[in-house]
Amino acid sequence: MAMINTIEGQMDEDLLWKREGTVEDENEYTTWIEYWKGWGTDDQVLMHRSAHVTVKKNPIAGFATNI
Amino acid sequence: MANTQAFCDSAKPEFMRGLHALGASVVRADTGVDQLKMALYHDTATINASTTAYTTIGEITGGGYTTAGEIVPNTANNPSVTNGVGHWTPNGSIVYSAITQATAFNCALLYNDDHASDAAIAVFTFGSQTVTAGDFTLTMPIDDDVTGLLRLS
Repeated sequence: MAMINTIEGQMDEDLLWKREGTVEDENEYTTWIEYWKGWGTDDQVLMHRSAHVTVKKNPIAGFATNI
Repeated sequence: MANTQAFCDSAKPEFMRGLHALGASVVRADTGVDQLKMALYHDTATINASTTAYTTIGEITGGGYTTAGEIVPNTANNPSVTNGVGHWTPNGSIVYSAITQATAFNCALLYNDDHASDAAIAVFTFGSQTVTAGDFTLTMPIDDDVTGLLRLS
């Protein structure tokens, strides 16, 4: 039984609907995870959302020489 | 043999370490590594190359987020040079733990927390995110000449 931190405190993962996703493009690789209560009903509530971002297109500065 | 005009490779990480002051500089308290921080900003903020210092304008607030952001792990990686590119990357992820941010954010500002003005260093953007009772993690790339977080070429 895994416990998840939610807006209502620690909850059993089995009581929640889990959604996961990834986004990847030239700029980033992102994964996210959501836990919903009452998913698919009129009363569904987002209880938890985490995101992990890896920035891929980092800034680069250039030096130049000129005489 | 021939002479070749160049910006010396060795100078690139040296600039990152503050060894060269080509203009008026500052008195440093010691030879240690500066403490850097990463602050997060809403989609509606204006953080870009013109940003000179950390600002609270547009920064996310509340919900467990610590104003001014989190300390950037910088205990292991020295600036170095690979294939003519100076590079530096924090030696660990930056984690904003157990936060709730319902209003989207898409930007992180890296700045020098030890500098008197909290001088800005770099801006990173990503797809808009919200977090609910969870962690937001910025995972660091491989520290090399291609993917390093900061690079001088």
